[in-house]
Amino acid sequence: MSAKYPRAHEGVALVTGGSRGIGAAIAKTLAADGWPVAIGYRSGVDQAQAVQAEIESAGGVATTLQADISQAGAGDALLADAQEALGNPVLVLVNNAGVRRDGLSPQITDDDWDTVVATNLTGAFRLTRRAVRTMIRARFGRIVNIASIVGIKANPGQSNYAAAKAGLIGMTHTVAAEVARRGVTVNAVAPGFIQTDMTEELTEDWLKLIPARRLGTPEDVAAAVRFLASEDAAYVTGTTLTVDGGLTA
Amino acid sequence: MSTATRDAVSRKIVETLASFGPAIDDLRPEATLEELDIDSLDIAELAQVVEDEYGVEISGDDAAGVTTVGDTIDLVLAKLP
Repeated sequence: MSAKYPRAHEGVALVTGGSRGIGAAIAKTLAADGWPVAIGYRSGVDQAQAVQAEIESAGGVATTLQADISQAGAGDALLADAQEALGNPVLVLVNNAGVRRDGLSPQITDDDWDTVVATNLTGAFRLTRRAVRTMIRARFGRIVNIASIVGIKANPGQSNYAAAKAGLIGMTHTVAAEVARRGVTVNAVAPGFIQTDMTEELTEDWLKLIPARRLGTPEDVAAAVRFLASEDAAYVTGTTLTVDGGLTA
Repeated sequence: MSTATRDAVSRKIVETLASFGPAIDDLRPEATLEELDIDSLDIAELAQVVEDEYGVEISGDDAAGVTTVGDTIDLVLAKLP
């Protein structure tokens, strides 16, 4: 383990939605930095175990934990399970789990709205609420909320997702200010268009809108999370780091 | 609950409050949290210490009426089983 991450001896990392895409890349990156990683997943057990196997074959430590964080009590249980499985409290929390139910506002149903807000925002808040209690006692903690540029800039067809992600950014600012003097940082990362299952349907036309002229990779996002989770980022809190190839520049 | 337990809990609370900055001698029962520069984040952390040590949950509403060190100790003692 790198001496740069001494806290990895005292804590573990939890990445929700860690079985695939951006979450899987984040889990692997944090593990490479020496953090034992709990890979939270809702339904992709095989994918989650594949991420775990990849981490372990690279010499890292990981476990997989099933949870539907939209359910009350699931966040508390997930944090407790991570501590039990890996032997130390969660000092790095990456709220990455997300779902989409796209449609123009007139067509968004109550269920579309509630499902997206429950996972992307409420689930992240409940995990944050519990994790931060341990972090303030530890005088160290890193919370990274995976938002989206949709929380910053309009994207027709995603009013529910946009509201949840903007909410996540607002929550990030305020919790950061609440706990900053205990050595706990809270930041958001706002990916643009990233090559994952969630962006498969994007057409070539979209690329013309991106100054970098390419989709981002999960590793591009993981690199930003790696920095924000590191000791080096101790004075960076309450910010939103866009990882979007210049799309919102 | 035994007197010994109550004394131990009171000591733990005072020690925890002292860890937030005030001198232990200043933590008299009548001292206000405000004059000791103990704020809501400190109380939130104290609540977590109490939960970890004694399994007692202190909510934000519970803590809202607390203004002195004595109030803080009484609140926790009242919550103990």
